[in-house]
Amino acid sequence: MSLRTPLGQVQGLGSARSGTQHFWRQRATAVVLVPLTLWFVWTVARYTGASHVEVRHFFANPFNAGSMLIFVLAGLYHMVLGVQVIIEDYIHREGTKLALLVLNQFAAFAVAVICAIAILRLAL
Amino acid sequence: MANQSARGPERPLSPHVQIYRWPVTMGMSILHRVTGFGLALGSLVLAWWLVAAAMGPDAYDTFQAVAYHWFGRFVLFGFTLALVFHMMNGVRHLFWDMGYGFAVPTATRAGIVIYVATIVVTWAIWMIAYSAMGKL
Repeated sequence: MSLRTPLGQVQGLGSARSGTQHFWRQRATAVVLVPLTLWFVWTVARYTGASHVEVRHFFANPFNAGSMLIFVLAGLYHMVLGVQVIIEDYIHREGTKLALLVLNQFAAFAVAVICAIAILRLAL
Repeated sequence: MANQSARGPERPLSPHVQIYRWPVTMGMSILHRVTGFGLALGSLVLAWWLVAAAMGPDAYDTFQAVAYHWFGRFVLFGFTLALVFHMMNGVRHLFWDMGYGFAVPTATRAGIVIYVATIVVTWAIWMIAYSAMGKL
């Protein structure tokens, strides 16, 4: 048995979990998403009711396809972090919580891959 | 004691959300979470649009028909409202993170400005959308 205090035993070892990483990434993606959201909303509004040819033409521009790809990926990452907090706040049964946290990550990853393939197929 | 429950004597409870008048900031905070979760579900609609466009004219036309249906437009209007609110309130959160705007009157005023701006900006976006369709 150690005579050191509980505080003394853990001091200097760093964070027990992820520290400020989650908080920081939530903010970093938020900052990126502000201009991208303005661009997205402006663009999609002007392409309301556009024909398939017009949409293809839009994505043929690398700037448009790239911006859409970054918007989708940054948005989904921001989403994973946000939904994770909601799950942690309201689901208190450990098994259910773990399952939902994993589902959150996998679902977002699947949507990200599908969106990326769709955008690249339109762009190339 | 007769009226003592298993958890000890009955104590008065502190007032909770049903009792006191909601401060503006409280409604904003709840709405930020609700709209955030709504946008998470809305990402599936965005994915559908991208996939439909990538699949070809037929799939794209199906998406367009669903989006133009009154229910589709209702969902997309809610999506726009949630996106605009979450973005503007998110910017406010970033200012809070930097240590600005914590005074209660400031926070309340900013909240009301965001409510009004959300409605104005959403309305403007839909004006652009309808004029793009040639419906105005």
